[in-house]
Amino acid sequence: MTQTSASGTTRSANGAAPPAVDLTGLHKYFGHVHAVDGVDLQLSSGEIVAILGPNGAGKTSTIDIILGLSQPDAGRVKVFGMEPRQAISRGLVSAVMQVGGLLRDLTVAETVEYTASLFGGGKDTRQVLRQAGIDNIADRRVGRCSGGEQQRLRFALALLPNPELLVLDEPTTGMDVEGRRGFWAAIRKDAENGRTVLFATHYLEEADAYADRIVLLRRGQVVADGTSAEIKAMAAGRTVRATLPGASEALLKAVPGADSVEVRGETVLVHSSDSDAVARYLLTQTAAKDLEITARGIEDAFIALTGDDAESGAATMGAVQ
Amino acid sequence: MTTPTIVPDISSRRAPGLGGFNLTVLKLEVRRLTRNRRTVIIAIVVPVAFFLLFGLNQTYDKQSVGHGNGNVSAFVMISLALYGAVLSTTFGGAMVSIERAQGWSRQLRLTPLTPVAYIVIKVLTALVLGATSVAAVYIVGAATNKASMSVGLWIGTGFSVWIGSLLFAAFGLFLGYLLPAENVMQLIGLILALLSFAGGLFIPVSQYAQAVQDVAKWTPLYGLNQLVHTPLLGNGVDWTWVVNVLAWLVIFTTGAIWRFRKDTAQV
Repeated sequence: MTQTSASGTTRSANGAAPPAVDLTGLHKYFGHVHAVDGVDLQLSSGEIVAILGPNGAGKTSTIDIILGLSQPDAGRVKVFGMEPRQAISRGLVSAVMQVGGLLRDLTVAETVEYTASLFGGGKDTRQVLRQAGIDNIADRRVGRCSGGEQQRLRFALALLPNPELLVLDEPTTGMDVEGRRGFWAAIRKDAENGRTVLFATHYLEEADAYADRIVLLRRGQVVADGTSAEIKAMAAGRTVRATLPGASEALLKAVPGADSVEVRGETVLVHSSDSDAVARYLLTQTAAKDLEITARGIEDAFIALTGDDAESGAATMGAVQ
Repeated sequence: MTTPTIVPDISSRRAPGLGGFNLTVLKLEVRRLTRNRRTVIIAIVVPVAFFLLFGLNQTYDKQSVGHGNGNVSAFVMISLALYGAVLSTTFGGAMVSIERAQGWSRQLRLTPLTPVAYIVIKVLTALVLGATSVAAVYIVGAATNKASMSVGLWIGTGFSVWIGSLLFAAFGLFLGYLLPAENVMQLIGLILALLSFAGGLFIPVSQYAQAVQDVAKWTPLYGLNQLVHTPLLGNGVDWTWVVNVLAWLVIFTTGAIWRFRKDTAQV
């Protein structure tokens, strides 16, 4: 396969572009804690991917390795086919971290000027500020800016090198609902130009709403990887509900792919990770009618996949919200 | 939605030269350093005030030193210029402590700036403030018309003080990587006051008790203070002063590199 970039140059020798991120057998220990436990992950260019998991699942450790801020104890990490540090020095990767990362005694404009100069300069500071919607606070010291203003500044800094991969670690922590919505609208709009976006979050609805793909981490391992719909189905399956007079549980146990069956009078509830097969069976092999298929929410999936059991899952949710 | 096949244009990307070092950053770093009012007062105003208080004694302009090379006022001026310069460079180096605390050094690691270029920027920034400090004391020295030595000695000693203060940029970096930000600046003021007394910047070491003198000769400002006065005194260089400066340079630099490595390895 031959792919051609916007500038018209043909891609690397074997014809395929290297993946934006390529993690193979990644391990990271902090003392006795196995923070990252054999993570394999490939991101293609243009994907918007969420790393979702409870606190301590290894999200930040994985991101730090991708950004070259930390070295894996085992495994291989490639970003656009190179070492993270190389990709960063070429401006291919940048990141927005959740807190800090700004000098309080510089002004907003100076911070942009400073960072732009490190990437080789040639940027019009005023224009960058205008695009980020912070030109009105250009001469304000960073320390006097609100949390939301600082986050916009971080975002503006991250876009300075026009990165191919943008990494966001819990980017909306501390933002109100409106701020979060605005932030994601900006990211979405930006990603339309083909930027790969990888973000870590423990806000389920964020992953659900904004990611093309969700990677679920639990105790340093990838426990699920797929679209939001796939994740929901994988964890909780779907519930097929139908009206079937005279149904017997014994008969319904024969349904392909059924995890559990419940009969309430004339109503049958079949829980399955392959709801299509169940529906097909019910509609073709039985007299079932009024069939409904419902997915469980992503929160249920999250608990099912990341909790040790229902109880600890519930505790995790409590901490998250 | 289907993800369109996108091929990023990565082959045209180049890392900037000099590890990201550039003059814009140097300008902004100097501006930052001078923006901190307390730093400017301690590193520039205080040495000048000390010179006005202690360097203009009635008899100092009459007393000559170094076989008539200059007078005591000039001697005190060099001492206080050194005091200001080492405060400046130590502060400049120790600013890394604030940058670490605010997460800025981590942010910089997400840019092309290399660690070496970063350290070079820190040291050059420290030297700019150090030069300002020396210049301030020397200008006041000239304006008050008491300090006297040849033009060559004004330039030579001023330059020696400035270059010598580089030793304390390494000291500042070491402290900046070693200590938390909340107290590093106050601590530096205290440590340098003690080292200045021990090094003979305020009172000649020869006036201390013998036991104190024996200890003072091992402290990091002693050798440097002796060396920067050598051109004025014209009494030749004692090799122990050179050893003192070099030994402390090795200690501070090794310490700074050790802490720096530890700092960048973590997380």
